[in-house]
Amino acid sequence: MKKYAGFFLALIFVAAVAAGFFVYPKGFGAKASPWRLGLDLTGGSHLVYQVDLSGVNNADRDSVLNGMRDVIERRVNLYGVSEPQVYIAKSGGQTGKAEVVVEIAGEKDISKAIKQIGDTPFLDFREVEGEGTSTIFIKTNLTGRYITGAQLTFDQTTGAPQVSISFNDEGAKIFEDLTAKNVGKPVAIFLDNELIESPVVQQKISGGKAQITGRFTIDTAKLLVERFNAGALPAPITLINQETTSPTLGENSFTKTLLAGIIGTILVMLFMLFYYRGFGVYAVVALLIYIALTLAIFKLVPITLTLAGLAGFILTIGMAVDANILIFERIKEELKKGLSRQAAIYEGFKNAWLSIRDSNTSTIITAVILYYFTTSFVRGFAFTLLIGVAVSMFSAITTTRMLLTVFAKDSKPQKSNP
Amino acid sequence: MINVIGQRKIYLTISGVLVGAAIVAIFVFGFKQGIDFTGGALWQFKIQDVSDRTAMDNFFKNDLKVGDSRVNYDAGTQSFLVRIPAISEADHQKFLSSLKVKWPTATELGYSSIGPTVGAELKKNSLIALGLVLVGISLYIAFAFRKVFRPISSWKYGWVTLFTLVHDVSIPAGLLAVLGYLGKVEIDGNFIVALLVVMGFSVHDTIVVFDRIRENLFLDRDRSPFGEIVNRSVNQTMGRSINTSLTLILVLLALYFAGPANLHFFVLTLLVGVTTGIYSSIFVASPILFVWQNLGSKKPSTG
Repeated sequence: MKKYAGFFLALIFVAAVAAGFFVYPKGFGAKASPWRLGLDLTGGSHLVYQVDLSGVNNADRDSVLNGMRDVIERRVNLYGVSEPQVYIAKSGGQTGKAEVVVEIAGEKDISKAIKQIGDTPFLDFREVEGEGTSTIFIKTNLTGRYITGAQLTFDQTTGAPQVSISFNDEGAKIFEDLTAKNVGKPVAIFLDNELIESPVVQQKISGGKAQITGRFTIDTAKLLVERFNAGALPAPITLINQETTSPTLGENSFTKTLLAGIIGTILVMLFMLFYYRGFGVYAVVALLIYIALTLAIFKLVPITLTLAGLAGFILTIGMAVDANILIFERIKEELKKGLSRQAAIYEGFKNAWLSIRDSNTSTIITAVILYYFTTSFVRGFAFTLLIGVAVSMFSAITTTRMLLTVFAKDSKPQKSNP
Repeated sequence: MINVIGQRKIYLTISGVLVGAAIVAIFVFGFKQGIDFTGGALWQFKIQDVSDRTAMDNFFKNDLKVGDSRVNYDAGTQSFLVRIPAISEADHQKFLSSLKVKWPTATELGYSSIGPTVGAELKKNSLIALGLVLVGISLYIAFAFRKVFRPISSWKYGWVTLFTLVHDVSIPAGLLAVLGYLGKVEIDGNFIVALLVVMGFSVHDTIVVFDRIRENLFLDRDRSPFGEIVNRSVNQTMGRSINTSLTLILVLLALYFAGPANLHFFVLTLLVGVTTGIYSSIFVASPILFVWQNLGSKKPSTG
């Protein structure tokens, strides 16, 4: 056992030192893979858009959402915002309310980017039933998702400006069916959920081109063409959640949290050394190894460290020594019973294990529930807590045990060598 | 040795009064809900050499015509924190430019806006999560102690755990209700997270005591009265119960005093909860276990 313990301990040390270099914010580690910090620490905007998929067939929802993501990404990129992150946070399921999240780092042009997204047009065609006040509009499948491009044209007889849009093959087919079904009847065109016009269909239209006449001036028509060409939304969206942090505030949060973390760690270490003396040294070494390994795992996964995540990690530092405390207290008890040091260490670990297992399991239960019932911000916290608990169990049990096995000698036979 | 079981009436009364007060506070004052729950916007900005809350209040009420606004000044970051109802992004930009017209040095530090439906969903999810953690941990304890030695059914450990969990979250929750009433704090999603974490952490000490009771029951084999075994177990583990929580409290104190302002109430909730957890694991969980056990047993045993 002792021989292997030495070997494993050396292995853990090497891993911890490597992890330390890896996570250190300067030098080798930073070059290999820089830390990913959340927008609440670096500054930036986190925008949540709700996508109304109620008008989209179940089978098409995934492709609509992916299209949505691409359109928004293109839009935001237009403004040269550095590396916007656009991802689907909720696929909608039965309710048809999906969510797309846009994350923009930095401060410049965020409001422009938001405006860009807000300007993305949503066009849809609706069937018309009834007349006058009893008119109802029935949504169809034909929306902006099938638009490939738009052009400014002029009506051949009146000379009025028009927006001419082209559909892709799929859209052309739907348009053809829609017009065929409604010959002699009006079909309504809605832009951003407002009725633009409802021309009467003269005949089936093939070829996938539609003219929107509306009441445009040349300028408004031009603007609409530009908006369509930059991408049309495949479904209507609303901004439901916005979280913007300036880089100054983010940096302030970051340095303060980091400082608090360092102070907290030092306090915990001093407490362990003061209260447990010799044993405390092992706890301090195990805690340092814990910190290096956990941070390395954060970086390898990789997770984006938010303010909540950082706070969660700092809390685990206060918890990581818990297992050590339980073990040391138990060893002290066993020593009082008159056991030799080695035997007391063995018994101490054995008898403290159940408490350690049960308390860590409670924290794991909490973290998992937190993870599943919350949104992205809190998730960071739940995730760091979960990784922290797992690694702290390893560090307290394996690392401390190896340390004690290798370094804590039976005092009686070696009195001459304290 | 502290006679926890003998003096149980005192300890349980202290707890009872505190929990009672907390529950009354929660029901009478309710919680001041932040934008996370009600929807709305929270706007943080800094203006050089301006810290006049009344002037800012007037600006929002009279110039911007936002009747339902609430202005706070945070000395730590020297910035204003203004809570307003949900507004559109266009209005947000308009307000920002009006602000800059009036105070050219104004800079926006943060802006968050949340739709009302998001808040409703968060409220629902928070309650579900709270319930699940309560039940999950209690069930786990009942399961982990299933092989426990007579005379206690492992379900009793589970129920007592459930009771102490409620105990440990009600006191910080009550405090925040009072602080909310005094206009100092609005609860947000972080508050729920803090309560959940309090449950996850405060149960640690209780487990340590229960584990020792289980072990002593096994070693003792009916020789001593139950109350004595419980009392011995509490005293044997008291040091480590306090120490495990103390390390966490050290870290929390560092976060409270050196950490950023936006974590303040999150950390405070945890601090109060974890401290309550120390008390409950020593002076509440075991006495209740003892009282309950005595209710059903034929030969009463005292400690």
